[in-house]
Amino acid sequence: MTAPTPVRTAPRAAPHLAGGPAEAGRRAPLLLGVRHHGPGSARAVRAALDAAGPRVVLIEGPPEGDALVALAGDEAMRPPVALLAHAVDDPGRAAFWPLAEFSPEWVAIRWALAHAVPVRFIDLPAANSLAQAAEAEEKTEAKAEEKAEERDEERDEEEAGGLRIDPLAVLAEAAGYDDPERWWEDVVEHREPGRAEDPLAPFEAVAEAMGALREEYGAGGDHRDLVREAHMRIQLRAARKEFGDEGVAVVCGAWHVPALTAKTTLAADRALLKGLPKVKAELTWVPWTHRRLARHSGYGAGIDSPGWYGHLFAAPDRPVERWLTKVAGLLREEDRTVSSAHVIEAVRLAETLAAVRGRPLAGLGETMDAVRAVMCEGSDVPLGLIRDRLVVGDVLGEVPDTAPAVPLQRDLTRLQKSLRLKPEALERQVDLDLRKETDTARSRLLHRLRLLGIGWGEPAAGRGSTGTFRESWRLRWEPELYVRVAEAGVWGTTVLSAATARAESGAASATALAEVTALAERCLLAELPDALPPVMRALADRAALDTDVAHLAQALPALARSLRYGDVRSTGTAALGDVAAGLAERICVGLPPACAGLDADGAAGMRKHLDSVHTAIGLLPENDGHGRGADLAGRWAGVLRTLAERDTVAGEIRGRAARLLLDDGRLAEDDAARFMGLALSPGTPPTDAAAWIEGFVGGASGGGLLLVHDERLLGLMDGWLTAVSPGSFTDVLPLLRRTFSAYEPGVRRTLGELVRRGPGAGGPAEPVAAAPGFGPGLDEARADAVLPVLHLLLGTVPETGPALDHAQAPTEVTR
Amino acid sequence: MTVPENAEATETTATSAPADGEVLRPHAEDAFADELKALAAADDRQRPARWRLSPWAVATYLLGGTLPDGTVITPKYVGPRRIVEVAVTTLATDRALLLLGVPGTAKTWVSEHLAAAVSGDSTLLVQGTAGTPEEAVRYGWNYARLLAHGPSREALVPSPVMRAMSEGLTARVEELTRIPADVQDSLITVLSEKTLPVPELGQEVQAVGGFNLIATANDRDRGVNELSSALRRRFNTVVLPLPATPEAEVDIVSRRVGQIGRALDLPAGPEGLDEIRRVVTVFRELRDGLTADGRTKLKSPSGTLSTAEAISVVTHGLALAAHFGDGVLRPGDVAAGILGAVVRDPAADRVIWQEYIETVVRERDGWKDFYRACREVTA
Repeated sequence: MTAPTPVRTAPRAAPHLAGGPAEAGRRAPLLLGVRHHGPGSARAVRAALDAAGPRVVLIEGPPEGDALVALAGDEAMRPPVALLAHAVDDPGRAAFWPLAEFSPEWVAIRWALAHAVPVRFIDLPAANSLAQAAEAEEKTEAKAEEKAEERDEERDEEEAGGLRIDPLAVLAEAAGYDDPERWWEDVVEHREPGRAEDPLAPFEAVAEAMGALREEYGAGGDHRDLVREAHMRIQLRAARKEFGDEGVAVVCGAWHVPALTAKTTLAADRALLKGLPKVKAELTWVPWTHRRLARHSGYGAGIDSPGWYGHLFAAPDRPVERWLTKVAGLLREEDRTVSSAHVIEAVRLAETLAAVRGRPLAGLGETMDAVRAVMCEGSDVPLGLIRDRLVVGDVLGEVPDTAPAVPLQRDLTRLQKSLRLKPEALERQVDLDLRKETDTARSRLLHRLRLLGIGWGEPAAGRGSTGTFRESWRLRWEPELYVRVAEAGVWGTTVLSAATARAESGAASATALAEVTALAERCLLAELPDALPPVMRALADRAALDTDVAHLAQALPALARSLRYGDVRSTGTAALGDVAAGLAERICVGLPPACAGLDADGAAGMRKHLDSVHTAIGLLPENDGHGRGADLAGRWAGVLRTLAERDTVAGEIRGRAARLLLDDGRLAEDDAARFMGLALSPGTPPTDAAAWIEGFVGGASGGGLLLVHDERLLGLMDGWLTAVSPGSFTDVLPLLRRTFSAYEPGVRRTLGELVRRGPGAGGPAEPVAAAPGFGPGLDEARADAVLPVLHLLLGTVPETGPALDHAQAPTEVTR
Repeated sequence: MTVPENAEATETTATSAPADGEVLRPHAEDAFADELKALAAADDRQRPARWRLSPWAVATYLLGGTLPDGTVITPKYVGPRRIVEVAVTTLATDRALLLLGVPGTAKTWVSEHLAAAVSGDSTLLVQGTAGTPEEAVRYGWNYARLLAHGPSREALVPSPVMRAMSEGLTARVEELTRIPADVQDSLITVLSEKTLPVPELGQEVQAVGGFNLIATANDRDRGVNELSSALRRRFNTVVLPLPATPEAEVDIVSRRVGQIGRALDLPAGPEGLDEIRRVVTVFRELRDGLTADGRTKLKSPSGTLSTAEAISVVTHGLALAAHFGDGVLRPGDVAAGILGAVVRDPAADRVIWQEYIETVVRERDGWKDFYRACREVTA
């Protein structure tokens, strides 16, 4: 219902224009109000500049950038790039002015360079705007905390030096359009069908409309806009004096056009600019990406479809046909059969759809609908691919090497100085003691740089053990690392922010679960608390969707380790604990089915997972108060019992599960003997039985000692082994050999002696045979004498025992 | 997505189709004759050849709206506007339209109303089954005549498709993927050459302007008789989605359950609504692979878990409650039904289901009973 308002008020706005539309083109400076990142605007700007041929081009942007303009003409400069301003003493305070191929500002710069016309940026200097931002930040911080959201928004706006509202969006909405760029296309581009017509006409129309809007909304409620506009007016005045009224062209946000024609006095403008805070600011070009253009940053609001805009700008004619051909090409690359007939039908559908929707030309919405119906069989999956690869696009800008250093380099230099870590080409080893503050900071820096792909330090090999407070690094600074730093400048202006951004994007793009867990570990090492939540989220998502228990089992130990690391470095790990507990739950559910029907190799692999998961679950906090980890150990024991009892599970895993239960004291020795009896009963194929033995007592985990101390188990095994038929014996021999050869020589010898002595000599009543030189059996009285000291050593209180001990114990302790 | 139910349609029968009197379910063009007439009167936009309405008016007929003269057009399809626009536009570009979707997403309903609005006739229908013969798509013979007079145009029995071609109307094919592949392929000539040869007579029937075809097919049946790519190319595909919001789905389920329950004389009380909401939540979460709060991802089981299945789970639960319980729908009554709907593949789906109840259901407030019931039936 607001639709007609601006249109109706347009005539009233006309007086704002100096002299009225007809004369404006002649005498007044050329004011080109644009939509930032609008391909339509960009084309119109080029046409207008070509037609008017100004002697100077003024562009909305920080004046400190004037010196950098020449670089825009460099061969190696490829948009999207951004003009980056940052405070020298605080690189974290920065603002970007991103420019794409299809940005009107970029087109204007290129036009000026090609025609050897000077370019001047006329916005408020970055020195002021950065300082203003800082001031505003402090002010708002002083205010109530509850306005946190608002503050963020505000800060974004300020950093961007952008607009509060998208004025074209307001007009487009008023006209019933959802996409401002479409409205611009429909209204501005198609309003000049005869090319011979005045190329300045659209800008006059826009200026009129903006005048009407400004009457309605005032300055958009932003005092800083007024200050900026005052600065622009002063600059414009200076340029007009120098080059004359006709020689000046201004490219700025359409919103500011009415303000530039407003009749104010120089003194009033100066007064507005008086007493502005100032910081030392530096500017440089940094490479930008389409993906970052799609985010809300830079000039006002971000744009959703940079790829599509780029296409609109680059396509010489028939944009819809060319676009759909591009889409077909992408789909063919992805092995979908898309013929030319599909393209033809899609074009027809898109155009008819546009007609049904009452639009002069098919836009992104219509073409995507047509692609879905014609080429993708109604599915949204390939459409997502198109959105990602074409509509947004993977374009990465390039900046010549001659561009000034990025703030990231500055931040790094500062850190290197304060941490006394010199970048030296000579390789050297550094040992860090993580209990010292400086060393922790050094370690953090090196880990963060590694995350950013700046391989200055490599963790020294062999010292990967996690429990220590020591860390060894090999440092070596090579010249190409400067290039790496420059590249990493895309991610942020400080080492911390860049590493955080990098880790977040890594989490989003990681495909394998183990990748994300490794990333989580690195985030903890590099102490990136802000990156941890997104990484954890990605981790939880991957874990939920991964159907392979082995992957989950691989991920869990790293997480458990990270938890311990977190404790060492006093990082918050609550989220990590939650994710780890969830992962463990999933393993508990998925493990039993995954263990069925495995071959020998698969079983051996799974057994390793079983071991590592068992260790990891032991490391997890038992109950973290969320109810999540509640009785995890109990559930895990249940899973182990299921595994030990289930016949379809491979022998090695069954044996291992029984052993783990036994070690934890969750399986009575009688039960263990029963399991072994079942596994080694005559009905079981000998190879299965041998595998069970390997699982139960195999490995270096003290399996031999178990046999030495429990003669019943040894007897069972001995009985089974002698009953194996000679034919099968050769089958099981390699397995058994592998099991027993892993034992320590002493254990092997004892076992051999036990077996030689023969079974049944004493039964369980006589646990250990007498060693040579010792009497048989146990002298209980002498053995008891050891107990008090043992208790003292272990710090336990003797509970029950013969009355005799009670009498003696206190004296022993006091002594 | 809500499908105005048959029961409502029958209620309007008395007023809008008095000629048929006791017809259980009148055709769309009869049931909504008034709306179509009002639309045609108000419609001043360009109409493709032999279309009763302009594409814009057809879209309005389906999506509902108010005409300048105050006539209220009821929405026939509640769902994304985009889908209806693409469907109508497809028909206008003389490409055939394929409506895909899981059961219960109003494919047939939409196709009927499209045909009614475009051609004023939704009766040219071929029902696809595994036994659909070629005659149903091309033409058959009146054998008495054929034997008596030999092959002639009079002895020919045209199929609905043939009639639509000669009269410039919209034909409909239901369950296209159920039709055997060789019969499907006889549509290729019809759709690409717009002609149907009759070699016995040495003649052909050429389609006149306005002819088009709307087919419906079940997403999950794709494997039954997958369309050949030659045929597929002739269709623009529109996928009808499942209900977008939980509220809409709960509404559909409870309405439908109420109707079925009345038919089966089951006592359905509003106290069952919580349980219905729970069933819908479980179905939606598993279907979407995401919990309702959007925080946790889940694996999706192999079953469709469509709204139609949720309806049958609740109905089944109601029957259990009525005959063996205290008449109130309780978690235990629906748990078994849900298990049956979710676990289609005993190995993979069971793990997914267990993960779901252990990681999501167990920790949800107020779901304790349900968790216990699920554990009970799953164990």
